Amino acid sequence: MSTSAAQFEVPYVQVLDENGNVTNPDRVPSLNDEQLRDLMKRMVFTRIWDQRAIKLARQGRLGFYAPVAGQEASMIGSEFATNKDDFLLPGYRDIPQCYFHGYPLHQLFLYSRGHQLGGKVPDDVHCMIPQIIIGAQIVQTPGVALAFKLRGEKRVAVTYTGDGGTSQGDFYEGMNFAGAMKLPAVFFVQNNQYAISVPRELQTAAQTLAQKAVAAGIPGVQVDGMDILAVYSVMREAVDRARAGEGPTMIEAITFRYGPHTMSGDDPTRYRTQETQEAWEKRDPLIRFRNYLVSKGLWSEQEEQAYIEEAKETINAALKQADETEKMTVPQLIDSMFAEPTQELLRQRAEITGEGAN
Amino acid sequence: MAQMTMIQAITHALDLELARDERVLVFGEDVGHNGGVFRATEGLQKKYGEDRVFDTPLAESGIIGLANGLAVQGFRPVPEIQFFGFVFEAFDQIAGQISRLRYRSAGRFSAPVTIRSPFGGGVHTPELHSDSLEGLFLQTPGVKVVIPSSPYDAKGLLLSAIRDPDPVIFLEHMKLYRSFRQEVPEEEYTIPLGVANVVREGKDATIVTYGAMVATSVKAAEQWSKEKGLEAEVIDLRTISPIDIETIVKSIQKTNRAIVVQEAQRSAGAAAEIVAQINEQAIYHLEAPVLRATPPDTVYPFGMIEDDWLPTPQYIVDTLNKVTSL
Repeated sequence: MSTSAAQFEVPYVQVLDENGNVTNPDRVPSLNDEQLRDLMKRMVFTRIWDQRAIKLARQGRLGFYAPVAGQEASMIGSEFATNKDDFLLPGYRDIPQCYFHGYPLHQLFLYSRGHQLGGKVPDDVHCMIPQIIIGAQIVQTPGVALAFKLRGEKRVAVTYTGDGGTSQGDFYEGMNFAGAMKLPAVFFVQNNQYAISVPRELQTAAQTLAQKAVAAGIPGVQVDGMDILAVYSVMREAVDRARAGEGPTMIEAITFRYGPHTMSGDDPTRYRTQETQEAWEKRDPLIRFRNYLVSKGLWSEQEEQAYIEEAKETINAALKQADETEKMTVPQLIDSMFAEPTQELLRQRAEITGEGAN
Repeated sequence: MAQMTMIQAITHALDLELARDERVLVFGEDVGHNGGVFRATEGLQKKYGEDRVFDTPLAESGIIGLANGLAVQGFRPVPEIQFFGFVFEAFDQIAGQISRLRYRSAGRFSAPVTIRSPFGGGVHTPELHSDSLEGLFLQTPGVKVVIPSSPYDAKGLLLSAIRDPDPVIFLEHMKLYRSFRQEVPEEEYTIPLGVANVVREGKDATIVTYGAMVATSVKAAEQWSKEKGLEAEVIDLRTISPIDIETIVKSIQKTNRAIVVQEAQRSAGAAAEIVAQINEQAIYHLEAPVLRATPPDTVYPFGMIEDDWLPTPQYIVDTLNKVTSL
């Protein structure tokens, strides 16, 4: 005979159904009308940005780009719940969160193009350069959070990864450090169902990704990642908890990426069906939230059109600024390896510039 | 002045830096209450508190990731990897992350992280404790690699490493921890990174080496002097990335012959890099090819044969005889 040593529960949160009707009135976050409209504007911007970025990538005017359509609610809703001085540690797909956290758009273009200045985050923007190695930012998150705790600052470190990222050892190590040290951190997983081509069910036998938090001794919550009010609600709870010194939380947002993994040759028709794609598009975060706002008299087609034009202008201006940025050089690269270049690097620099070579 | 072992000099250096700069944090596995498995951090948690000197969960990637995040927020972390053979677990966080932070951010972020770690053979450890893996980090742009050979150097180099604005891997040879004592001043002093030390002067051949092989090479030089009446100059690199090629070239201009002695296996490591740089900068001063006295290209052996595997004074003397007979 055995008894239960411990019992756990993984909550699932949804606020709006696919048509924008409130399914869970208790979880409707207290946001004013302006904030609600702002959430919609940000999702519209993100959709427009994504369409433009995909076009630019096809024209060869962008470097590396990972499409985001489908994930707007997860991205925008979670970032909206943070304070400007909370610190984000994003992955490479998390460009919209970076932008709305203050990362200048033209620098995100430069990042995509492989220009070093793309990573020179302004001093007053609290965001790390998007990470390429899956999960590497997750073990850095406790370090940022520990800094806040040691200095007694009421700030939170927020990191993003995907379903594939939860298979990395670093995912567990990061959560475990944050849990053991009771740090102000949030681990936000966008489960978009595929790690490039590998489906979620091949990543793990775990029934949910959220339950991986249980092993680290921290709360794990699953949320409808196509529902921006639900995402905001669980994220707000997690950052408030962290800020109050109650420790980290892991959130699994159930979402979907409509586009390819990146614009570097991925073809999603090789690994998922048209039916799957259509089923997810029915849950679209913009349609759902638009219906909700229209029913409250907070949004109109006209307004959306006007905002789309504004978004396009913002994107064009940033693109122009990126285009006007001078190309970086190899000597600049050499100079940025250390605060003071080594003698050997100076010799190598001189070989390249032809100045004072020996 | 006090007589100190290398481990005492290291503890003393950490103590000074913790007192001097409140951004300095010391952490890792067993470094807090227990004072480290070699007692390198003995008494420091008691003196500076659990916020400054602390134990972490047992995960090397997590430890260096923690250091990375702290550095991004302006701290000066001094994490310990309990044995350097465990560094593979943290390889991405070192070679993929902290070493690139300055470059990736065009200087917005930097990683003034000093990773301390015991390594080195001859002390009969289990597997993956003794390996000389420093060569891996010579191929890692953006980090410096420091290996002291004495208590005096350990203190001066560790102070420089912690104060350096960029990541430093500070490797402490286990055999040197308690093998001898030396006068170590109580006050602060630094030894600049990237500057070698001529520990024995000679005119007939140059031995370029570092770490525990400095003492072995000096022994070999004494033996060579007695047996052949020839004098070897011994250069202790102290920093193997970057390499102080100027000091090596200056010595070769005098001796015209050189060997490199290292405890790591032969290929593609510090010795190979030193030979390449000598080739580029001093080849016209050479009377013979530069030879390497190293163990063979195998993994670090199990304890039973490690004394047969490591370079001995006799092996170094044989290599000196070879380089002077060419």
